[in-house]
Amino acid sequence: MSQINRLAHGGRIDRSKPLHFTFNGQAMRGYAGDTLASALIANGVRLVGRSFKYHRPRGIMAAGAEEANALVQLESGRRTLANQQATRIELYEGLSATSINCWPGPNFDLMAVNSWFHRLMPAGFYYKTFMWPAAAWKYYEHFIRRAAGLGVSPKLPDPDQYDQMNVHCDVLVVGGGAAGLAAALAAGRTGARVILADEQAELGGQLLGEQAEINGKPASHWLAAGESELAGLADVTVLKRTTVFGYYDHNFAGMLETRTAKLPNGGATTRQRLWHVRAKRVVIAAGALERPLIFSDNDRPGVMLAGAVRTYLNRYGVRAGSNAVVFTNNDDAYRTAIALKDAGVKGVCVIDTRLAPHGELPTQALQAGIAVIDNSTITGVTGKRRVQSVEVMTLNADASGVIGPARTFPCDLVATSGGWNPVIHLHSHAGGKATFDEARGLFIAADTLQASACIGAANGEFQLNDCLKDGFRAGRDAAAKAGFKKASRRKLPTAAVVDEAPARIIWALPTTKPIGQRGKHFLDLQHDVTVADVQLAAREGYRSVEHTKRYTTLGMATDQGKTGNIPGMAVLAQALGVANPGDVGTTTFRPPYTPVTLGAFAGRNVGPLADPVRMTPMHHWHELAGCKWEDVGQWKRPWYYPKDGESMADAVNRECLAARNAVALLDASTLGKIDIQGPDAAEFLNRIYTNAWSGLAIGRCRYGLMLKEDGMVFDDGVTTRLGENHFLMTTTTGNAAAVLGWLEEWLQTEWPELKVYCNSVTEAWATLTLCGPNARHLLAEFTDDMDLSADAFPFMSMQEGTVGDIPARVFRISFTGESSFEVNVPASYGLALWTQLFNAGEKYGLTPYGTEAMHVLRAEKGYIIVGQETDGTVIPQDLGMQWILSKKKDFLGRRSFARPDSARGDRKQLVGLLTGDPDMVLEEGAQIVAENRNNPPIPMIGHVTSSYYSANLGRSIALALVSSGRDRVGDTVYIPMPGKVISAEVTTPVFIDPQGERLHG
Amino acid sequence: MLLIPCPYCGEREETEFHHGGEAHIERPQDPDALSDAEWANYIFMRTNPKGLFHERWVHAAGCRRWFNMARNTATNAIIGTYKIGEKPPKGAR
Amino acid sequence: MAEVEKPVKKYSLFSLARNALSFHQNWEKAWRSPEPKKHYNAIIIGGGGHGLATAYYLAKEHGLTNIAVIEKGWLGGGNTGRNTTIIRSNYLWDESAAIYDKALQLYEGLSQDLNYNIMLSQRGVLNLAHNLHDVRELKRRVHAIRLNGIDSEYLSPAQIKEMIPIIDISPSIRYPVMGASLQRRGGVARHDAVAWGFARAADARGVDIIQQCEVTGILREGGRVTGVETTRGTIHAPKVGIVTAGHTSVLAAMAGIRLPITSYPLQAMVTEPVKPILNSVVMSNAVHCYVSQSDKGELVLGAGIDGYNSYTQRGSLHIVEEQLAAVCMLFPIFSRLRIMRKWGGIVDTCPDASPIISKTPVEGLYINGGWGTGGFKATPGSGWAFAHTMARDEPHALNAPYALDRFTSGALIAEHGAAAVAH
Repeated sequence: MSQINRLAHGGRIDRSKPLHFTFNGQAMRGYAGDTLASALIANGVRLVGRSFKYHRPRGIMAAGAEEANALVQLESGRRTLANQQATRIELYEGLSATSINCWPGPNFDLMAVNSWFHRLMPAGFYYKTFMWPAAAWKYYEHFIRRAAGLGVSPKLPDPDQYDQMNVHCDVLVVGGGAAGLAAALAAGRTGARVILADEQAELGGQLLGEQAEINGKPASHWLAAGESELAGLADVTVLKRTTVFGYYDHNFAGMLETRTAKLPNGGATTRQRLWHVRAKRVVIAAGALERPLIFSDNDRPGVMLAGAVRTYLNRYGVRAGSNAVVFTNNDDAYRTAIALKDAGVKGVCVIDTRLAPHGELPTQALQAGIAVIDNSTITGVTGKRRVQSVEVMTLNADASGVIGPARTFPCDLVATSGGWNPVIHLHSHAGGKATFDEARGLFIAADTLQASACIGAANGEFQLNDCLKDGFRAGRDAAAKAGFKKASRRKLPTAAVVDEAPARIIWALPTTKPIGQRGKHFLDLQHDVTVADVQLAAREGYRSVEHTKRYTTLGMATDQGKTGNIPGMAVLAQALGVANPGDVGTTTFRPPYTPVTLGAFAGRNVGPLADPVRMTPMHHWHELAGCKWEDVGQWKRPWYYPKDGESMADAVNRECLAARNAVALLDASTLGKIDIQGPDAAEFLNRIYTNAWSGLAIGRCRYGLMLKEDGMVFDDGVTTRLGENHFLMTTTTGNAAAVLGWLEEWLQTEWPELKVYCNSVTEAWATLTLCGPNARHLLAEFTDDMDLSADAFPFMSMQEGTVGDIPARVFRISFTGESSFEVNVPASYGLALWTQLFNAGEKYGLTPYGTEAMHVLRAEKGYIIVGQETDGTVIPQDLGMQWILSKKKDFLGRRSFARPDSARGDRKQLVGLLTGDPDMVLEEGAQIVAENRNNPPIPMIGHVTSSYYSANLGRSIALALVSSGRDRVGDTVYIPMPGKVISAEVTTPVFIDPQGERLHG
Repeated sequence: MLLIPCPYCGEREETEFHHGGEAHIERPQDPDALSDAEWANYIFMRTNPKGLFHERWVHAAGCRRWFNMARNTATNAIIGTYKIGEKPPKGAR
Repeated sequence: MAEVEKPVKKYSLFSLARNALSFHQNWEKAWRSPEPKKHYNAIIIGGGGHGLATAYYLAKEHGLTNIAVIEKGWLGGGNTGRNTTIIRSNYLWDESAAIYDKALQLYEGLSQDLNYNIMLSQRGVLNLAHNLHDVRELKRRVHAIRLNGIDSEYLSPAQIKEMIPIIDISPSIRYPVMGASLQRRGGVARHDAVAWGFARAADARGVDIIQQCEVTGILREGGRVTGVETTRGTIHAPKVGIVTAGHTSVLAAMAGIRLPITSYPLQAMVTEPVKPILNSVVMSNAVHCYVSQSDKGELVLGAGIDGYNSYTQRGSLHIVEEQLAAVCMLFPIFSRLRIMRKWGGIVDTCPDASPIISKTPVEGLYINGGWGTGGFKATPGSGWAFAHTMARDEPHALNAPYALDRFTSGALIAEHGAAAVAH
């Protein structure tokens, strides 16, 4: 295909750099500087895709982020991108794009049968049907789902990477058009840290598509000079291809920068960067979006926004048609008419809804020989796959209908303008309000909660000269408010002021029949929402703009209603008889302004960096030993260490037997360790723990239980008195941070009078737990300054000394019920000591054991795990731990025991379970019932909290919480599983060594 | 994204802090003297106002200090922060 | 002149076809916009799904039709219109299973009952486990739900992969998928349609739905409620129900009642629409994300709550980032899709992550709130039980456990694990 619509001269494209691309498989050419849209127009492509609901043929209608029709699937395979606006795709060599939502193609689309049934598919039709028979909805839905959706998701993981940036600045300027560039210059000159972000590849905004002059020269001169000045300012950052997509509380903005716009294969850089910007001031110079006139069949390929048509001419050197009609309610579109005429487009005429337009621009147009048909409207469009002609009639007195004879204008391009809407999206994101300017039919930013201002076209200033003035003033002002007041004496640039007459706002233009009965007046092109749909919604009582939006899906497509929302709201107001469209309310704009990639939100927080992995000092030994890992919080803990060919059960059984019959070693470094110091430390523990601490001797350890104020068990652990005013608290692995936070909260906010300081020392120490009858023998080989005998070093005491010449704290505490020594050495020595122990330990049968064996061993003793035997609903009494509740003092949570529910007789209590079949290991989490049946519903009396095969006992064991469990000891209960019922006897929850002889040995 | 003025460290990002709920709820001196309803009021009941709210925060990833903040929950505007034990700033009482 | 046809009441394919011939000019209003009367037999404050359902069941089940629903904004505009539309009843405790499954059963016949297609789509809800603790807790839940007579299955990673081929079950990811619970009856429904369907059906039974009418005070005399002050005048009624998710504490305070509720922002979002790629609803409590694909093709995603009180209906970006990182971890193919729109709601959470459906110390004043992140799925059941409570001045067995006094007695219903999002 040749570039039949490319002008010989003009535009910002580089004709010396041709680029090849394909669209729907057809080879085409464009130039560097083109967008896919401009290149498609240059190549004469009119039909780009099909609409969502009716599958009507659609072409390009805009030149920027407001494009509703021209969505394509860009590239294929891993890097394919769905629903990309052709107007925002920078052309590159080899680009390949296809139409979406049509099959087999946009020219002939089988789904277009939908349009035959369009009368049956008004807004919300699906709420009224597909209900009979009730079971059939899922079949209807299956076809609806297949028909819906637009492009296709990639089928393989994303090969690209995304970065996140965190920056502070004094002034963030959103938008690099005339106003934004002026603001950035003014702020930058004061020395303030300025970020100027613009969504396009070049600064200039709307100026890039205009033939405007600044200081009597083409605006491009001023743009180039401004950009070069900014480049010379050290504290100014200019970010192109960067969309400020969201504005959040306290002047926080999110920006998406695309770095590989022309690198489909990614190149060596990250694909996109998501910027977090905290600005002192934000200047919103986001420009304005043109809105279309809403007339019958205004969706036909070739109906375009007038400003976009001008942009294609001036910026890209393409004409969007060869025979054009301009349809407007304002003066601005006359610029398009004049530009089209200048470009050699034939038959250019202007249909103006106003009576006798008389401004400067209409006058110029008339002088240029352009016919102006005033007080008129387009009443119909012929041509389905491209515009062939328009029918034009005169408006009646109140513009509610048309009169007189119809005239037909052959054309292949209709450039329409209904005026411009300020882009106040960001202002609205952060809680800003808007007021409706009735005369101009647009929303203007009003009160804001943030330190921001909308300026230029984003504030309804459409004269270039005003935008420049506004920009310099706003930039200076923002910098001054951020503390930068350096004055600049430079002369401000000026542009000619063009006198523009007021627009004539007619939201839905009449045709020869009532709206909806001849053609379709589209408001939302992508979702096929028409004026008739909005009127229907209003008629049916969906009075709020939010109702209408949701009922009709107006503004909910990928363009988020950038062109259709305001006319839609106005149509609703008219239908409801509300004079001021502002009174039906504007829907709050939601971030993002344009869609943002999930990968960019995720940044580097994916893969191994999704969450930090915490590793103990001995981690790599475990890894080399081939352990299986258990994730506990962020920690990796060895779960079990299978030897060659061993099953999990084999390995755990072996580890458990070693721990009770020889010696086994556990890496317990992950247990939380909190160093507590201060003269009031013991008193503090008295309040935090349920038992008493003042009398604990130095060098002694005590088990403690912590409750929340509701009386529920929160954490447990052993705390040791290291000195008169010095304790070391241990916590569960998962709760370490929460417990430290809990201690600090009480100390700082409730008991600031207590002189106590807490600090986490979890990672300062490696903890090696030697467990089993040979533990003492092995440890004795490594220490000569500690007496390890049971008398000198009794259970629940601590000694400081050296182990393997390493300074160590050794605790005689146990979570297995076996004689144990918990050796704590500085973390950096952990691996060395661990390795030494293994070098020496073989003769004692030293075996590493993991969390699974630890769990089995502690369950054999009936020791609870917080979070497994407890779930936030368990009080100490339920666990049979009345013994730990001091009666002599208050402690957190104590008062809650006096509540009726704590005294309930049928509370669930911790018990043991022994299955009838000793080899049957119950499933943890299985529910317990009193009746031997399996036909739900069955009342449940409890659940299995822990369940294992115990190699030491040669049978299975389980712990459970059972209603009135202690009264049921000896009873048989039932555990219904899918397909079977298992019986078990209720026992006390201690299966081994109930007297604790091993423990003290 | 709140920007929170820690009274010890200055303005820091919200992500460095944890919220600690309503401020100025004192633990009863003698819990046994309370009825169950009064005890429930202390542990569970909260004012949860729309508008001026006094709340606790902790600069968890900073100085680890707890402090109080007066904030408008309808707008997220921060009126001021103050140390534990201090009275709310003027305009936030 | 065309003959003026009578407005069409009943929705059906036939009525749709008949209306097509008249260019859809003759549809009856889905609901009236009446002026408030001076007096009603009962007033529901809050025109969200729960309030409208309450009104509907008051009228349908209890014959109470001289009632008004008073809504400060537009009906269905609060959390009803802001949630991720997930419906399920896979709750741990008997009390929860009972009320959520009542809701699900009502949902299963709701389109026909209301003559409004709420597009209930029982595509299955999976809750993922990512560590051994999750697995244990999930199995506990699966067993309990099954024994309560509710459909419930446990899936291995391979079975998950079979249902959701695009999920990454590789054991090497940071939060590996180790199992899932599945409730096949779970799924999604069109949230707006639920509100609108209840509104239309309640209106048809004579309920006045009064929008743009803000309650500014709750009138009491001698310990009992007598009506409400509103921006459109005083309205009297001997019974008033507060059903204002997101503002429960604010309304209760008007009657001098303190609640165990804190209001947090909760964010949700949708991607651009794509062709069908995800059939079921996938939720993960551990990494705070839930995702489904709407009939329109958008992925509907929910994040965890923002951790501070706020009524702004806005949340912070980092919460969304954490959630989307989790989505990209579980579904690496979604990384290049784009978020099209995100928004926030206000969730009123109770300390036990269970709601309050209760009488209050003020006679004739009732509260239904505190649903946290999970109110939508309960809508019909909540309204049904609350209607019973208001009509009879005593709770139904379904909601008796959800009385306010459980916070005094300590009989909480701790459902933190069942909430989609950790509170």
